[in-house]
Amino acid sequence: MATVTTRTRPHDASATPDTPGWARWANDHRKWLFAAPAMVFVAALIIFPLAWTGYLSLTDAEGSVRAESEFVGFQNYVEVLSDTDRFWPAVGRTAAFTVVALLFEVVLGMAVALLLWRPFRGQKWVRVAILMPLVATPVAVGMMWRLIFDPNIGMANQVLGWFGIGPQPWLAGQHSALPTTIFIDVWQWTPMVVLILLAGLTSLSDEPQEAARIDGASSWQRFRHVTLPLVMPTVIVAILLRGIDALKTFDILYATKGRGGGSFHEVETLNVYAYGLSFDYNEYGISSTVLIIFFLIIIGSMWALTSRRKEAQR
Amino acid sequence: MDVRRRSIIGTSLAVVAAMGLSACGGGEDSGATKTVRVTLANHVWTENIKKALPEFEKQTGLKVELTQLGEDQLSDQYNVKLNAGSSDIDVMMYRPLQEGKLFAKNKYLADLSDEVKSNKDWDFSDFQAGPVQATSYEGKPVGVPIITEQEVLYYRKDLLAKAGLTAPPKTLDELKAAATKIKAADPSVAGFVARTGKSPAVTQFSSFLYSFGGDFVDSSGKASVNTEQAKQAYAYYGGLIKEQGPANVSTDMSWPEAMAIFTQGKAAFYTEANSLYKNATDPAKSKVADTVGFAPFPAGPAGSKPYNIPSWALGVSDGSKNQSNAWKFVEWATGKEQTLAQQKAGVPSARTSVWANPEGTASYPKDLVEAIAASTKDGVGHDRPLVNKVAQAREIVGQPIVDAIAGKDAAAAAETANTAFQKFLDDEAK
Repeated sequence: MATVTTRTRPHDASATPDTPGWARWANDHRKWLFAAPAMVFVAALIIFPLAWTGYLSLTDAEGSVRAESEFVGFQNYVEVLSDTDRFWPAVGRTAAFTVVALLFEVVLGMAVALLLWRPFRGQKWVRVAILMPLVATPVAVGMMWRLIFDPNIGMANQVLGWFGIGPQPWLAGQHSALPTTIFIDVWQWTPMVVLILLAGLTSLSDEPQEAARIDGASSWQRFRHVTLPLVMPTVIVAILLRGIDALKTFDILYATKGRGGGSFHEVETLNVYAYGLSFDYNEYGISSTVLIIFFLIIIGSMWALTSRRKEAQR
Repeated sequence: MDVRRRSIIGTSLAVVAAMGLSACGGGEDSGATKTVRVTLANHVWTENIKKALPEFEKQTGLKVELTQLGEDQLSDQYNVKLNAGSSDIDVMMYRPLQEGKLFAKNKYLADLSDEVKSNKDWDFSDFQAGPVQATSYEGKPVGVPIITEQEVLYYRKDLLAKAGLTAPPKTLDELKAAATKIKAADPSVAGFVARTGKSPAVTQFSSFLYSFGGDFVDSSGKASVNTEQAKQAYAYYGGLIKEQGPANVSTDMSWPEAMAIFTQGKAAFYTEANSLYKNATDPAKSKVADTVGFAPFPAGPAGSKPYNIPSWALGVSDGSKNQSNAWKFVEWATGKEQTLAQQKAGVPSARTSVWANPEGTASYPKDLVEAIAASTKDGVGHDRPLVNKVAQAREIVGQPIVDAIAGKDAAAAAETANTAFQKFLDDEAK
């Protein structure tokens, strides 16, 4: 027993002289070894595609990525940023879609979360019912609403008919398509906001509420001056998570309006536009440029929101 | 402790090693194997070939691995996989007029010059000249046409009789009059329906364009969608859908949506590719199966000029390492026997011998055979601009269609489209 102890190398208790060299090396570098799969994963699936997209955005690649392409510097960026026909309207739609959807989702989400906050009979069932849209596949959701909103055979117009309201074009209308997709997004994602806000609300302590009640604050005053400031960091988390997701929305738009966001590009956001550039037009250079700009927009808005969050926490 | 820790490191190394090996493995087993990987589109043709596959596998001892996708998803799949230089597609079903030129230029499609000559009984000269030309690139065959298409007029016999009409319209003027009459009698039934989506509508609009005497590009290669004839065609097509089409019509309809309106009994006339006729005559899919009639495309000022094109073909992927077995599949699937079986099951083929065989047309509705015969006689060999970037070109020349449907000025839209289309052609010629 004593011999074993003396033979143990001082720098690592587990290595013995008869351990093969590679195992000893592995032991010495195990910190890196264990992290390696994750690092390879991140490099292969995030850093490489991003760098490659960045590179493509500086070339005139088209037709086939493997075909010869020339380095054109920032020409694509100039072209994209001066395109008022497709690019800027797509930016506008992306912003409108995100801001309006987010507004409704946060306000409705807060309302529902406040309702579900205090325990009541059957609360479990109500929660399950409210969370249902969240677990549905967005493409299936898109198809479902597309049927409901069909101007000729859809249920939505039938229901309106019962109240004497004439048929609406919904997704088929040039000006009603975007609001309709926003509605679908709100329908599907408000539950997620509810979930996040509810988590925030339940973690609040009761004491400030009680103190305010004793001081004679009305329920609106208690919400406005006690609950809301306390739950603000969570609200910002919800806005952050949902906002990034809403910016990137693709599935609902594609499932309801198809390629190019409809014949008049009614719901063409940046994501849909970039998809069309690569898969319909095979313009990989321009498409990568749009994606890089889009990526910068997302990073920018994320940064703006997180700095707000830090302020709120202070 | 000692032993356990070492075994953890050992295991994790084994996992890393295994991951590395399996990553290499994917590339290695794609040589000439007994498995042929076939990618097909959702189509009646595919359903038929699926049923016959066991026969092929028995004959050749090969195994077929089938991937089946919708049209758009199929294109995306090719773009992703073939762009990445993947070798895991052997046989590919593709649209010669939509993607043929681009795929051949990108070297996705293998040159089949030797293969098509390899078997006398298979007989490449049996294929119609137009479709063969559409599946060739720089004079070399890169695909074998499997399905041909002509545009015909689908109509409802019962609604016509109710409106007091004894025969389907022979001219576009008669079509408009009949559609107007039927819609006036019952506003819940549209007089006319057709594709309305900017890009999907282009192919079915093309026959209207030709019958008015226009084309997308003139004989000197210049954009010509702003000619008087083209403007009339845009105004006619868009106007007919706007006035006599379904209420609140969407401008995103491709054939599944338009066909649904027709087969739900909500429209009297419908212009569409004949290859989709089973959707209208199959009682399982159509509420109006027993009252559907077919007529040749109505004549315009320039006569009845429907398109007559190969809509789908089979090619061999140039990146495939299993090309000889891939060809075996193509040879079998496009052979005389399979082609006859396909045509009997309702898929119009590109083989002359099958059309000459009475067996080949026996199962078709009689009026459809007559309509097809008329179309193949005067048909135009393309249904969309013949360019590299077809998707982009379709959106440009399709814009006036949706503008006209939305009630905007078709002539002004045609002028705008023509300028954009000429610029597109100039860019492509560079």
